[in-house]
Amino acid sequence: MAGYILRRLLQAIPVLLGTTFLIYFMVFAMPGDPIVALFGDKTPPPSVIESLRERYHLDQPFIVQYFIFLGNIFRGDLGVSFSGQPVSEILMATFPVTLRLAAMAVFFEMVAGITIGLVSGLRKGGIFDASALVVSLILISLPIFVLAFVMQWFFGIYLGWFRTTVGPGAPTQDLILPAIVLATISFAQIVRLTRASVIETGGQDFVRTAASKGLSRNRIVPVHILRNSLIPVVTYLAVDFGTLMVGATVTEGIFNVPGVGRTLYQAIIRGEGPTVVSFVTIMVLIYLVVNLLVDLLYAVLDPRIRYAK
Amino acid sequence: MKIKRIGVAAIALAAAGALALSGCTSGGADPSAPAGDATAVITTNGSEPQNPLIPTNTNEVGGGKILDAIFAGLVYYDAKGAAHNDVAESIETDDAQNYTITLKADQTFSDGSPVTANSFVDAWNYGADTANEQLSQYFFESIEGFSYDESVPELPGLEVVDDTTFTVALKQPESDFPLRLGYSAFYPLPEGALDDPAAFGENPVGNGPYMLDGEGAWKHNEKIDLVINPDYDGPRKAVNGGLSIIFYASQDAAYADLQGGNLDVLDAIPDSALETFEDEFADRSVTQAAAIFQSFTIPARLPHFSGEEGNLRRQAISLAINREEITDVIFAGTRTPAHDFTSPVIDGYSEEIPGSEVLEYNPDEAKKLWAEADAIAPWDGTFKIAYNADGGHQAWVDAVSNGLKNTLGIDASGDPYPTFAEARTKITDRTIQTAFRSGWQADYPALFNFLGPLYGTGAGSNDGDYSNPEVDTLLKEGLAETDIAAANEKFQAAQEILFQDLPVVPLWYSTVNGAWSELVNDVEFGWNSVPLYYQITKSE
Repeated sequence: MAGYILRRLLQAIPVLLGTTFLIYFMVFAMPGDPIVALFGDKTPPPSVIESLRERYHLDQPFIVQYFIFLGNIFRGDLGVSFSGQPVSEILMATFPVTLRLAAMAVFFEMVAGITIGLVSGLRKGGIFDASALVVSLILISLPIFVLAFVMQWFFGIYLGWFRTTVGPGAPTQDLILPAIVLATISFAQIVRLTRASVIETGGQDFVRTAASKGLSRNRIVPVHILRNSLIPVVTYLAVDFGTLMVGATVTEGIFNVPGVGRTLYQAIIRGEGPTVVSFVTIMVLIYLVVNLLVDLLYAVLDPRIRYAK
Repeated sequence: MKIKRIGVAAIALAAAGALALSGCTSGGADPSAPAGDATAVITTNGSEPQNPLIPTNTNEVGGGKILDAIFAGLVYYDAKGAAHNDVAESIETDDAQNYTITLKADQTFSDGSPVTANSFVDAWNYGADTANEQLSQYFFESIEGFSYDESVPELPGLEVVDDTTFTVALKQPESDFPLRLGYSAFYPLPEGALDDPAAFGENPVGNGPYMLDGEGAWKHNEKIDLVINPDYDGPRKAVNGGLSIIFYASQDAAYADLQGGNLDVLDAIPDSALETFEDEFADRSVTQAAAIFQSFTIPARLPHFSGEEGNLRRQAISLAINREEITDVIFAGTRTPAHDFTSPVIDGYSEEIPGSEVLEYNPDEAKKLWAEADAIAPWDGTFKIAYNADGGHQAWVDAVSNGLKNTLGIDASGDPYPTFAEARTKITDRTIQTAFRSGWQADYPALFNFLGPLYGTGAGSNDGDYSNPEVDTLLKEGLAETDIAAANEKFQAAQEILFQDLPVVPLWYSTVNGAWSELVNDVEFGWNSVPLYYQITKSE
């Protein structure tokens, strides 16, 4: 087991190097000079442009910039944003917020998705199953910003139950609404996935055996059906958690969540190479770690899976 | 210029700006309104400052809005854009070139240190020194001894006489110099602030109506909390209990907060609400012209656009644009058709400058002039207008192109660049080979600011490389006049020539749209589109 984890961690190194290189290259290849854009429609004197370029190493060739960045990262220095704030500080401020948001969203979609999926699967073809299908199809087809604006208007402005946007400090109660919006997209997928899995597991021999042994339904459903149906769902949830950590840009923008997505978006717009690359590096790291955890979770859920050596 | 950048739209173009155009709504004093609570904190929208909060290094609205609240300059601007003394007791000159500036006595920063002549001179020297790479450095370029090429730690043009007096010598007469002094670049700094600019920029100490609510009041990417500065006793004394500026990444989120009662004052309405906000916030909204001029530039280096032929073609293009229709249909009235090269909010503005008929839609005249130009040299190719696709420009560029197509019978189209940065880079290094979108947001309320930096030979933002000695002379003469009215006459004469040459084709002026909650009163927007926060009252 330990050897397996070590091997996975070692594999992560080239992946990290590769992704940072790619991202750095893409930021570098973005057309236009971010320094010129700093001045808006005004044209700054050439000497000022030059010295600013020098300060951010923008006068160096791409590969030199990349190695300067890499070298700094190994010294724990992620660089400084245009506003003079250390990127590490921005990371420390924004990641916890997004982490909380993502955790809440995953919690909501897990509880609602698995419950409804389980009931649908157990009562295949019933009214509940049919209505769950209709609702999830509607939710799958809704673009997230439509949903976000509608929820914001209905719950935030019309009913006044929630704060319309996330207030300073991102208190947990303010994050409920955006978390529900985020959860809604994946919720439908989880319902479908759980349902299919439950139906499949329900038809397996060991379930029939359990039933014929005289086990109660209260024992069969959670222990024999649900546990064995969860493997694909858990994979999906973990991948989704990774996606939420990095991809909540639209929702974070609409609800003004001071998280990773919003900050990254602004950094891209401003062409702030160091901020963008550092953020993405951390995102890749999170994605790798989450995937590793999922693989380890398999073994817990399904004793047949063993990671030898 | 204060560059605003919220979301994708808005780059340098953001609706901002204000000052009462005749008949525009504006939240004047309402005698029946309950008296404001002197301790109530006003919440308003803003955006994360893009630079540390150092006056000479802030050139965008996010930081500018904060600096204007926590600093007081020599002068301040009222809602109409007129400059009045703030920290200055008097600003005197005989020749528009040498100024003697006297400060009011016993002024202090919020940390208790005195505001002296040195507070200004040291801050200006810092901002002007090329070695310090300050974004607003160009504001000091007219002071004697200024240089972009070498470091000048102390400008010879600035001299401290005593604690409350200093003199300024300019390179040439510039009568609008006193009008500039309300801009953030000219704010004073307390002693020692420049020993560690980064630390100061994080927790700035100013002399304005507000001050930071203790260390760390600036919560990055979230908000900044300002409280009353008890030491400020100038004309902008605040009548509310403080200011909480919340940073939004999108105007939609800010608007939702206003609707949901979490925000008191909003100075930018999102596109999605432009049609409805005036009904929803009846008597609590404003639509005013802004000090933002929009145009497109046709560089003289383009084939067919120089000399006699070029002038005819420029005139024809301008006459072929139906500005009224485009501002109505595409911008839902949030732009006002241009009548000159400046802005209606500026003192001296006129719609009657001879030659301005060229901005009226006149397809017959346009066809005639285009045919005359074709007689000189036949037209070939496509007329393209370059623009940045991330700024919401496509609709009007397409409309203008279609107008040119239909009226002049030529091939015309937009030429989008993905980002603002790319478009600006191509424009700045002169590799762009088409006409391009251009615009100007005033730094200070004066006609010259719309003309000198853009159309003077070799001027910093003369991106079309326009040059006309007559214009240069008139601008120079205008600057040498100590009387503002006489100066404005010269500037208007320069505009007459600009209407002949059309180095840029004027399109329209932006407007500012704002709205506020029921809790606040006396909301008025300044000439630069930022609400005058200090005079807002709030009941709780």
